[in-house]
Amino acid sequence: MTDVVITGRGIICPAGRGVADAWQGILSAKSAAAPHPTFTTDDTPVTLVCQAPEFDPDAEFGRGTSRRLDRYTHLAMVAAAEALADAGLLADGDDAAFGGGLVDEVDRDRVGMLLGSGIGGAETWASEYPNYLERGPRRVSPMFIPKMLSNTAAGVLSMRSGARGPNMTVNTACAAGASAMHIGRDLIRSGQADLVIAGGVEAGITGLAMSAFAQMGALTKNDDPGSASRPFDVDRDGFVMGEGAGIVVLERAADAEARGATIHGRLVGAGASADAHHMTAPPEDGGGAILSMQRALADAGFDPGDIDHINAHGTSTPLNDKTEARAVREVFGDHRPALASTKGVTGHLLGAAGAVEAIFALQSIATDTVPATANTATVDPEIDADVVIDAARSQPVGAVMSNSFGFGGQNASLVFTA
Amino acid sequence: MSDDIMATFTEILTEDFDIPADEVTRDASFEGLGLDSLDVVDLTLALEEKTGITLEDDELEDVVTVGDAVDLAASKQE
Repeated sequence: MTDVVITGRGIICPAGRGVADAWQGILSAKSAAAPHPTFTTDDTPVTLVCQAPEFDPDAEFGRGTSRRLDRYTHLAMVAAAEALADAGLLADGDDAAFGGGLVDEVDRDRVGMLLGSGIGGAETWASEYPNYLERGPRRVSPMFIPKMLSNTAAGVLSMRSGARGPNMTVNTACAAGASAMHIGRDLIRSGQADLVIAGGVEAGITGLAMSAFAQMGALTKNDDPGSASRPFDVDRDGFVMGEGAGIVVLERAADAEARGATIHGRLVGAGASADAHHMTAPPEDGGGAILSMQRALADAGFDPGDIDHINAHGTSTPLNDKTEARAVREVFGDHRPALASTKGVTGHLLGAAGAVEAIFALQSIATDTVPATANTATVDPEIDADVVIDAARSQPVGAVMSNSFGFGGQNASLVFTA
Repeated sequence: MSDDIMATFTEILTEDFDIPADEVTRDASFEGLGLDSLDVVDLTLALEEKTGITLEDDELEDVVTVGDAVDLAASKQE
Protein backbone atom coordinates (compact mmCIF):
# COMPACT_ATOMS: atom_id res chain seq x y z
CA MET A 1 0.00 0.00 0.00
CA THR A 2 1.26 3.48 -0.84
CA ASP A 3 2.97 5.10 2.14
CA VAL A 4 1.39 8.56 2.64
CA VAL A 5 3.27 11.12 4.70
CA ILE A 6 2.60 14.58 6.10
CA THR A 7 5.03 17.22 4.84
CA GLY A 8 3.18 20.39 5.78
CA ARG A 9 1.13 21.50 8.79
CA GLY A 10 -0.79 24.67 9.53
CA ILE A 11 -2.94 25.66 12.50
CA ILE A 12 -4.91 28.59 13.71
CA CYS A 13 -6.88 27.68 16.82
CA PRO A 14 -7.60 28.96 20.32
CA ALA A 15 -4.29 27.47 21.55
CA GLY A 16 -2.33 29.64 19.12
CA ARG A 17 -1.60 30.61 15.56
CA GLY A 18 1.05 28.48 13.91
CA VAL A 19 1.96 24.91 14.87
CA ALA A 20 4.74 25.95 17.28
CA ASP A 21 2.59 28.44 19.22
CA ALA A 22 -0.45 26.19 19.27
CA TRP A 23 1.59 23.25 20.60
CA GLN A 24 3.09 25.51 23.29
CA GLY A 25 -0.47 26.49 24.17
CA ILE A 26 -1.42 22.82 24.50
CA LEU A 27 1.62 22.05 26.68
CA SER A 28 0.85 25.07 28.88
CA ALA A 29 -2.45 23.33 29.72
CA LYS A 30 -4.05 26.76 30.10
CA SER A 31 -7.59 26.94 28.77
CA ALA A 32 -8.16 29.45 25.98
CA ALA A 33 -11.74 29.95 27.15
CA ALA A 34 -12.87 33.51 27.81
CA PRO A 35 -16.17 35.36 28.00
CA HIS A 36 -17.36 36.49 24.57
CA PRO A 37 -17.54 40.29 24.32
CA THR A 38 -21.13 40.49 23.04
CA PHE A 39 -22.68 37.33 24.45
CA THR A 40 -22.07 38.79 27.91
CA THR A 41 -24.34 41.76 27.13
CA ASP A 42 -27.23 40.02 25.39
CA ASP A 43 -29.31 37.03 26.44
CA THR A 44 -27.02 34.33 25.02
CA PRO A 45 -27.34 31.60 27.64
CA VAL A 46 -23.65 30.58 27.57
CA THR A 47 -20.95 33.22 27.27
CA LEU A 48 -17.69 31.28 27.48
CA VAL A 49 -15.99 30.58 24.12
CA CYS A 50 -12.56 29.62 22.79
CA GLN A 51 -11.71 32.06 20.01
CA ALA A 52 -8.79 31.88 17.60
CA PRO A 53 -6.07 34.50 18.19
CA GLU A 54 -7.10 37.86 16.81
CA PHE A 55 -6.03 38.68 13.26
CA ASP A 56 -7.02 41.30 10.74
CA PRO A 57 -8.20 39.68 7.49
CA ASP A 58 -8.40 43.09 5.76
CA ALA A 59 -4.71 43.64 6.46
CA GLU A 60 -3.69 40.07 5.61
CA PHE A 61 -5.72 39.48 2.46
CA GLY A 62 -6.75 42.99 1.40
CA ARG A 63 -10.22 44.37 2.04
CA GLY A 64 -11.38 43.57 -1.48
CA THR A 65 -10.75 39.87 -0.86
CA SER A 66 -11.59 39.58 2.82
CA ARG A 67 -15.06 41.14 2.56
CA ARG A 68 -16.07 38.59 -0.07
CA LEU A 69 -15.24 35.68 2.25
CA ASP A 70 -16.64 34.35 5.51
CA ARG A 71 -14.48 34.06 8.61
CA TYR A 72 -14.26 30.30 8.16
CA THR A 73 -12.55 30.79 4.79
CA HIS A 74 -10.18 33.35 6.34
CA LEU A 75 -9.16 30.76 8.93
CA ALA A 76 -8.64 28.12 6.22
CA MET A 77 -6.43 30.52 4.25
CA VAL A 78 -4.25 31.21 7.28
CA ALA A 79 -3.76 27.50 8.06
CA ALA A 80 -3.26 26.53 4.41
CA ALA A 81 -0.59 29.18 3.87
CA GLU A 82 1.35 27.88 6.86
CA ALA A 83 0.98 24.24 5.75
CA LEU A 84 2.14 24.98 2.20
CA ALA A 85 5.08 27.06 3.42
CA ASP A 86 5.99 24.28 5.87
CA ALA A 87 5.97 21.81 2.97
CA GLY A 88 8.17 24.09 0.89
CA LEU A 89 5.43 24.39 -1.73
CA LEU A 90 4.51 28.05 -1.42
CA ALA A 91 5.67 30.38 -4.14
CA ASP A 92 6.77 33.84 -3.01
CA GLY A 93 7.74 32.75 0.50
CA ASP A 94 5.57 32.81 3.59
CA ASP A 95 2.66 34.88 2.38
CA ALA A 96 -0.55 34.45 4.38
CA ALA A 97 -2.64 35.13 1.29
CA PHE A 98 -0.50 32.83 -0.88
CA GLY A 99 -1.59 34.77 -3.94
CA GLY A 100 1.53 33.51 -5.70
CA GLY A 101 0.25 29.94 -5.64
CA LEU A 102 2.32 26.80 -5.61
CA VAL A 103 5.95 26.42 -6.63
CA ASP A 104 6.53 25.54 -10.28
CA GLU A 105 7.87 22.04 -9.55
CA VAL A 106 4.36 20.96 -8.55
CA ASP A 107 1.95 19.67 -11.20
CA ARG A 108 -1.10 21.69 -10.15
CA ASP A 109 -3.45 19.33 -11.98
CA ARG A 110 -2.37 16.57 -9.61
CA VAL A 111 -2.90 18.57 -6.39
CA GLY A 112 -6.15 17.66 -4.64
CA MET A 113 -8.04 19.38 -1.84
CA LEU A 114 -10.16 17.80 0.86
CA LEU A 115 -11.56 20.09 3.53
CA GLY A 116 -14.01 19.29 6.28
CA SER A 117 -16.46 21.72 7.79
CA GLY A 118 -19.52 21.08 9.89
CA ILE A 119 -21.29 24.36 9.20
CA GLY A 120 -19.50 26.52 6.63
CA GLY A 121 -20.16 30.26 6.68
CA ALA A 122 -22.05 30.49 9.96
CA GLU A 123 -21.42 34.22 10.51
CA THR A 124 -22.65 35.01 7.03
CA TRP A 125 -25.91 33.12 7.67
CA ALA A 126 -26.31 34.80 11.04
CA SER A 127 -25.81 38.33 9.70
CA GLU A 128 -27.61 38.08 6.37
CA TYR A 129 -30.87 36.46 7.45
CA PRO A 130 -31.87 39.37 9.74
CA ASN A 131 -30.98 41.69 6.87
CA TYR A 132 -33.46 39.80 4.68
CA LEU A 133 -36.17 39.82 7.35
CA GLU A 134 -35.78 43.44 8.39
CA ARG A 135 -34.95 45.14 5.10
CA GLY A 136 -36.40 42.79 2.53
CA PRO A 137 -35.30 40.66 -0.40
CA ARG A 138 -33.91 43.63 -2.32
CA ARG A 139 -31.25 44.18 0.34
CA VAL A 140 -29.89 40.62 0.36
CA SER A 141 -26.22 40.56 -0.56
CA PRO A 142 -25.32 38.83 -3.83
CA MET A 143 -22.28 37.55 -1.92
CA PHE A 144 -24.41 35.60 0.57
CA ILE A 145 -24.37 32.23 -1.24
CA PRO A 146 -20.71 32.26 -2.30
CA LYS A 147 -19.66 33.35 1.21
CA MET A 148 -21.66 30.84 3.23
CA LEU A 149 -21.43 27.62 1.18
CA SER A 150 -19.55 24.96 3.11
CA ASN A 151 -17.41 24.15 0.06
CA THR A 152 -16.27 27.76 -0.43
CA ALA A 153 -13.07 27.40 1.60
CA ALA A 154 -11.88 24.48 -0.55
CA GLY A 155 -12.86 26.33 -3.71
CA VAL A 156 -11.05 29.50 -2.64
CA LEU A 157 -7.92 27.55 -1.71
CA SER A 158 -7.88 26.01 -5.19
CA MET A 159 -8.25 29.45 -6.79
CA ARG A 160 -5.44 30.92 -4.74
CA SER A 161 -3.07 27.95 -5.05
CA GLY A 162 -3.92 26.96 -8.60
CA ALA A 163 -4.54 23.35 -7.50
CA ARG A 164 -6.77 21.66 -10.10
CA GLY A 165 -6.90 18.09 -8.77
CA PRO A 166 -10.01 16.56 -7.17
CA ASN A 167 -11.46 19.17 -4.83
CA MET A 168 -14.14 18.39 -2.26
CA THR A 169 -15.64 19.27 1.08
CA VAL A 170 -16.70 16.51 3.43
CA ASN A 171 -19.14 16.98 6.26
CA THR A 172 -19.24 14.51 9.12
CA ALA A 173 -19.92 17.31 11.62
CA CYS A 174 -17.33 17.14 14.41
CA ALA A 175 -15.41 14.38 12.60
CA ALA A 176 -15.09 16.36 9.34
CA GLY A 177 -11.41 17.32 9.71
CA ALA A 178 -10.43 13.69 10.27
CA SER A 179 -12.71 12.43 7.48
CA ALA A 180 -11.08 14.89 5.08
CA MET A 181 -7.63 13.53 5.89
CA HIS A 182 -8.90 9.96 5.48
CA ILE A 183 -10.40 10.62 2.03
CA GLY A 184 -7.47 12.84 1.05
CA ARG A 185 -5.04 10.05 1.79
CA ASP A 186 -7.14 7.62 -0.24
CA LEU A 187 -7.10 9.98 -3.24
CA ILE A 188 -3.33 9.56 -3.22
CA ARG A 189 -3.47 5.80 -2.64
CA SER A 190 -5.92 5.36 -5.51
CA GLY A 191 -3.75 7.40 -7.84
CA GLN A 192 -6.20 10.27 -8.31
CA ALA A 193 -3.79 12.85 -6.92
CA ASP A 194 -0.08 13.15 -6.18
CA LEU A 195 -0.47 15.60 -3.36
CA VAL A 196 -3.49 16.56 -1.26
CA ILE A 197 -4.11 19.61 0.89
CA ALA A 198 -6.42 18.26 3.60
CA GLY A 199 -7.90 19.47 6.83
CA GLY A 200 -10.82 20.97 8.66
CA VAL A 201 -12.14 24.42 9.39
CA GLU A 202 -14.92 25.92 11.50
CA ALA A 203 -15.97 29.39 12.58
CA GLY A 204 -19.35 28.84 14.19
CA ILE A 205 -19.21 31.14 17.20
CA THR A 206 -22.44 33.02 16.61
CA GLY A 207 -25.21 33.86 19.05
CA LEU A 208 -27.53 31.61 17.06
CA ALA A 209 -25.27 28.54 17.21
CA MET A 210 -24.37 29.16 20.86
CA SER A 211 -28.05 29.40 21.77
CA ALA A 212 -28.87 26.24 19.84
CA PHE A 213 -26.05 24.18 21.37
CA ALA A 214 -27.05 25.53 24.78
CA GLN A 215 -30.69 24.52 24.21
CA MET A 216 -29.46 21.01 23.41
CA GLY A 217 -27.61 20.93 26.72
CA ALA A 218 -24.34 20.35 24.85
CA LEU A 219 -22.48 23.40 26.22
CA THR A 220 -21.07 23.63 29.72
CA LYS A 221 -22.93 25.89 32.15
CA ASN A 222 -19.67 26.42 34.02
CA ASP A 223 -18.42 29.96 33.38
CA ASP A 224 -14.99 29.50 34.97
CA PRO A 225 -12.42 29.27 32.14
CA GLY A 226 -10.15 27.20 34.37
CA SER A 227 -12.61 24.34 34.71
CA ALA A 228 -15.29 24.72 32.02
CA SER A 229 -13.81 22.36 29.40
CA ARG A 230 -12.55 19.40 31.46
CA PRO A 231 -12.66 16.20 29.43
CA PHE A 232 -13.14 12.98 31.43
CA ASP A 233 -13.53 14.91 34.71
CA VAL A 234 -16.18 13.68 37.10
CA ASP A 235 -17.77 17.15 37.11
CA ARG A 236 -17.70 17.77 33.34
CA ASP A 237 -21.01 19.12 32.05
CA GLY A 238 -20.56 20.06 28.39
CA PHE A 239 -18.17 21.51 25.84
CA VAL A 240 -16.88 25.02 25.24
CA MET A 241 -17.47 26.26 21.71
CA GLY A 242 -14.26 26.85 19.75
CA GLU A 243 -13.18 27.76 16.24
CA GLY A 244 -10.14 27.30 14.05
CA ALA A 245 -8.53 25.49 11.16
CA GLY A 246 -5.98 22.74 10.77
CA ILE A 247 -4.55 21.86 7.39
CA VAL A 248 -1.89 19.37 6.31
CA VAL A 249 -0.10 18.51 3.09
CA LEU A 250 -0.23 14.80 2.25
CA GLU A 251 1.95 13.15 -0.36
CA ARG A 252 3.59 9.85 -1.24
CA ALA A 253 6.63 9.10 0.92
CA ALA A 254 8.68 8.44 -2.21
CA ASP A 255 7.76 11.85 -3.69
CA ALA A 256 8.53 13.64 -0.43
CA GLU A 257 11.90 11.94 -0.18
CA ALA A 258 12.71 12.68 -3.81
CA ARG A 259 12.10 16.41 -3.37
CA GLY A 260 13.90 16.51 -0.04
CA ALA A 261 10.84 17.51 1.97
CA THR A 262 10.77 17.18 5.75
CA ILE A 263 8.51 14.30 6.75
CA HIS A 264 6.50 15.13 9.88
CA GLY A 265 4.85 11.74 10.13
CA ARG A 266 2.83 9.10 8.36
CA LEU A 267 -0.91 8.62 8.14
CA VAL A 268 -0.84 4.83 8.36
CA GLY A 269 -4.40 4.03 9.36
CA ALA A 270 -7.85 5.45 8.88
CA GLY A 271 -11.20 4.07 9.93
CA ALA A 272 -14.75 5.36 9.61
CA SER A 273 -18.13 4.14 10.81
CA ALA A 274 -21.66 5.12 11.72
CA ASP A 275 -23.47 4.51 15.00
CA ALA A 276 -26.82 3.94 13.23
CA HIS A 277 -28.34 4.90 16.55
CA HIS A 278 -29.31 8.50 17.38
CA MET A 279 -28.82 12.01 15.98
CA THR A 280 -26.78 13.36 18.90
CA ALA A 281 -26.21 10.58 21.46
CA PRO A 282 -23.73 7.73 21.07
CA PRO A 283 -24.96 4.18 21.81
CA GLU A 284 -24.14 3.19 25.36
CA ASP A 285 -21.82 0.39 24.27
CA GLY A 286 -19.80 2.77 22.06
CA GLY A 287 -20.62 0.68 18.97
CA GLY A 288 -19.64 3.05 16.16
CA ALA A 289 -16.58 4.37 17.96
CA ILE A 290 -15.36 0.80 18.51
CA LEU A 291 -15.73 0.07 14.80
CA SER A 292 -13.88 3.19 13.64
CA MET A 293 -10.96 2.48 15.98
CA GLN A 294 -10.82 -1.21 14.99
CA ARG A 295 -10.94 -0.31 11.31
CA ALA A 296 -8.15 2.26 11.69
CA LEU A 297 -5.99 -0.35 13.43
CA ALA A 298 -6.73 -2.95 10.76
CA ASP A 299 -6.00 -0.44 8.01
CA ALA A 300 -2.61 0.25 9.61
CA GLY A 301 -1.97 -3.48 10.11
CA PHE A 302 -1.53 -2.73 13.82
CA ASP A 303 -2.47 -4.59 16.98
CA PRO A 304 -4.03 -2.55 19.80
CA GLY A 305 -0.74 -2.88 21.70
CA ASP A 306 1.04 -0.85 19.02
CA ILE A 307 -0.77 2.37 19.98
CA ASP A 308 1.03 4.41 22.66
CA HIS A 309 -1.32 7.38 22.93
CA ILE A 310 -4.85 8.31 21.95
CA ASN A 311 -5.70 11.95 21.25
CA ALA A 312 -9.30 11.52 22.30
CA HIS A 313 -12.38 13.18 20.91
CA GLY A 314 -12.92 13.98 24.62
CA THR A 315 -15.36 16.86 24.31
CA SER A 316 -16.10 17.26 28.02
CA THR A 317 -19.73 16.26 27.55
CA PRO A 318 -20.96 13.63 30.03
CA LEU A 319 -22.04 11.19 27.31
CA ASN A 320 -19.18 11.44 24.81
CA ASP A 321 -16.39 11.01 27.30
CA LYS A 322 -17.96 8.07 29.11
CA THR A 323 -18.82 6.29 25.87
CA GLU A 324 -15.47 6.99 24.22
CA ALA A 325 -13.59 5.63 27.23
CA ARG A 326 -15.79 2.53 27.21
CA ALA A 327 -15.09 2.02 23.51
CA VAL A 328 -11.35 2.46 24.06
CA ARG A 329 -11.49 -0.13 26.82
CA GLU A 330 -13.33 -2.52 24.50
CA VAL A 331 -10.82 -2.08 21.66
CA PHE A 332 -7.61 -1.94 23.68
CA GLY A 333 -8.45 -4.20 26.62
CA ASP A 334 -5.73 -4.25 29.25
CA HIS A 335 -3.34 -2.37 27.01
CA ARG A 336 -4.06 1.14 28.19
CA PRO A 337 -2.76 3.79 25.79
CA ALA A 338 -2.18 7.20 27.38
CA LEU A 339 -5.50 8.97 26.78
CA ALA A 340 -5.60 12.77 26.55
CA SER A 341 -7.93 15.39 25.13
CA THR A 342 -6.52 18.69 23.97
CA LYS A 343 -10.02 20.20 24.13
CA GLY A 344 -9.34 21.26 27.72
CA VAL A 345 -7.25 24.01 26.14
CA THR A 346 -8.95 24.58 22.78
CA GLY A 347 -12.60 23.86 23.47
CA HIS A 348 -14.43 22.01 20.74
CA LEU A 349 -13.45 23.11 17.23
CA LEU A 350 -16.26 21.06 15.63
CA GLY A 351 -15.35 20.40 11.99
CA ALA A 352 -11.78 21.60 12.53
CA ALA A 353 -11.16 19.43 15.61
CA GLY A 354 -10.02 16.25 13.85
CA ALA A 355 -7.44 18.03 11.70
CA VAL A 356 -6.03 20.27 14.44
CA GLU A 357 -5.80 17.29 16.80
CA ALA A 358 -4.10 15.19 14.11
CA ILE A 359 -1.36 17.80 14.03
CA PHE A 360 -1.11 17.67 17.84
CA ALA A 361 -0.81 13.88 17.52
CA LEU A 362 2.16 14.39 15.17
CA GLN A 363 3.69 16.78 17.72
CA SER A 364 3.32 14.11 20.41
CA ILE A 365 5.23 11.68 18.21
CA ALA A 366 7.93 14.22 17.36
CA THR A 367 8.51 15.15 21.01
CA ASP A 368 7.66 11.87 22.80
CA THR A 369 5.16 13.80 24.89
CA VAL A 370 1.55 13.18 25.82
CA PRO A 371 -0.06 16.50 26.74
CA ALA A 372 -2.05 16.76 29.95
CA THR A 373 -5.81 16.99 29.66
CA ALA A 374 -6.15 20.58 30.84
CA ASN A 375 -8.57 21.49 33.65
CA THR A 376 -9.33 17.89 34.53
CA ALA A 377 -8.84 17.46 38.28
CA THR A 378 -10.57 14.18 39.11
CA VAL A 379 -11.12 11.55 36.46
CA ASP A 380 -14.67 10.23 36.50
CA PRO A 381 -14.57 6.88 38.39
CA GLU A 382 -16.81 5.47 35.67
CA ILE A 383 -13.99 6.04 33.19
CA ASP A 384 -11.59 3.12 33.16
CA ALA A 385 -8.68 4.53 31.19
CA ASP A 386 -5.18 5.95 31.65
CA VAL A 387 -6.21 9.59 31.36
CA VAL A 388 -3.20 11.93 31.44
CA ILE A 389 -3.91 14.88 33.75
CA ASP A 390 -1.95 17.41 35.86
CA ALA A 391 1.24 17.44 33.75
CA ALA A 392 2.37 16.42 30.30
CA ARG A 393 3.91 12.95 30.29
CA SER A 394 7.28 12.20 28.70
CA GLN A 395 7.13 8.72 27.24
CA PRO A 396 8.00 7.00 23.97
CA VAL A 397 5.24 7.83 21.46
CA GLY A 398 5.66 5.73 18.34
CA ALA A 399 2.05 5.55 17.20
CA VAL A 400 -0.94 7.74 18.03
CA MET A 401 -4.63 7.29 17.35
CA SER A 402 -6.76 10.41 16.96
CA ASN A 403 -10.53 10.02 17.42
CA SER A 404 -13.29 12.28 16.12
CA PHE A 405 -17.01 11.63 16.46
CA GLY A 406 -19.72 13.72 14.82
CA PHE A 407 -23.41 14.34 15.33
CA GLY A 408 -25.36 11.99 13.15
CA GLY A 409 -23.25 9.21 14.65
CA GLN A 410 -20.43 9.61 12.13
CA ASN A 411 -17.07 8.46 13.43
CA ALA A 412 -13.47 8.74 12.26
CA SER A 413 -10.22 7.41 13.70
CA LEU A 414 -6.76 8.09 12.30
CA VAL A 415 -3.44 6.42 13.16
CA PHE A 416 -0.14 8.26 12.80
CA THR A 417 3.48 7.16 13.16
CA ALA A 418 6.81 8.96 12.81
CA MET B 1 -25.20 65.86 -8.92
CA SER B 2 -23.15 63.45 -10.98
CA ASP B 3 -19.89 64.74 -9.36
CA ASP B 4 -21.22 63.68 -5.97
CA ILE B 5 -22.27 60.30 -7.36
CA MET B 6 -18.86 59.82 -8.96
CA ALA B 7 -17.30 60.60 -5.57
CA THR B 8 -19.56 58.02 -3.92
CA PHE B 9 -18.63 55.34 -6.48
CA THR B 10 -14.97 56.16 -5.97
CA GLU B 11 -15.38 55.87 -2.21
CA ILE B 12 -17.06 52.45 -2.46
CA LEU B 13 -14.62 51.10 -5.04
CA THR B 14 -11.56 52.17 -3.09
CA GLU B 15 -12.78 51.26 0.39
CA ASP B 16 -14.77 48.07 -0.21
CA PHE B 17 -13.13 46.72 -3.35
CA ASP B 18 -9.55 47.76 -2.68
CA ILE B 19 -9.18 49.49 -6.06
CA PRO B 20 -6.59 52.29 -6.22
CA ALA B 21 -8.36 55.67 -6.50
CA ASP B 22 -6.41 56.67 -9.62
CA GLU B 23 -7.86 53.69 -11.50
CA VAL B 24 -11.43 54.77 -10.80
CA THR B 25 -12.21 56.99 -13.80
CA ARG B 26 -15.40 57.52 -15.81
CA ASP B 27 -13.90 55.50 -18.67
CA ALA B 28 -12.81 52.53 -16.54
CA SER B 29 -14.90 49.42 -17.17
CA PHE B 30 -16.06 47.42 -14.17
CA GLU B 31 -14.61 44.32 -15.80
CA GLY B 32 -11.27 46.08 -16.20
CA LEU B 33 -11.36 46.99 -12.51
CA GLY B 34 -11.75 43.29 -11.70
CA LEU B 35 -15.45 43.38 -10.76
CA ASP B 36 -17.71 40.53 -11.84
CA SER B 37 -21.50 40.69 -12.13
CA LEU B 38 -21.96 39.83 -8.44
CA ASP B 39 -19.61 42.64 -7.48
CA VAL B 40 -21.61 45.09 -9.58
CA VAL B 41 -24.83 44.11 -7.76
CA ASP B 42 -22.95 44.44 -4.46
CA LEU B 43 -21.76 47.87 -5.56
CA THR B 44 -25.30 49.03 -6.34
CA LEU B 45 -26.45 47.92 -2.88
CA ALA B 46 -23.68 50.01 -1.36
CA LEU B 47 -24.72 52.95 -3.56
CA GLU B 48 -28.33 52.58 -2.43
CA GLU B 49 -27.16 52.50 1.18
CA LYS B 50 -25.26 55.76 0.80
CA THR B 51 -27.52 57.73 -1.56
CA GLY B 52 -30.95 56.09 -1.59
CA ILE B 53 -30.67 55.63 -5.36
CA THR B 54 -31.80 52.20 -6.52
CA LEU B 55 -30.44 50.72 -9.75
CA GLU B 56 -32.54 47.83 -11.09
CA ASP B 57 -31.04 44.65 -12.56
CA ASP B 58 -32.41 45.31 -16.06
CA GLU B 59 -31.01 48.84 -16.00
CA LEU B 60 -27.55 47.47 -15.30
CA GLU B 61 -27.47 45.40 -18.49
CA ASP B 62 -26.08 48.30 -20.55
CA VAL B 63 -23.70 49.50 -17.85
CA VAL B 64 -20.09 48.81 -18.83
CA THR B 65 -18.06 51.68 -17.39
CA VAL B 66 -18.07 53.64 -14.16
CA GLY B 67 -19.33 56.62 -16.19
CA ASP B 68 -22.31 54.58 -17.42
CA ALA B 69 -23.26 53.78 -13.84
CA VAL B 70 -22.75 57.37 -12.67
CA ASP B 71 -24.96 58.72 -15.49
CA LEU B 72 -27.65 56.12 -14.81
CA ALA B 73 -27.65 56.95 -11.09
CA ALA B 74 -27.71 60.69 -11.84
CA SER B 75 -30.71 60.25 -14.17
CA LYS B 76 -32.58 58.36 -11.44
CA GLN B 77 -31.84 61.11 -8.95
CA GLU B 78 -33.35 63.84 -11.12
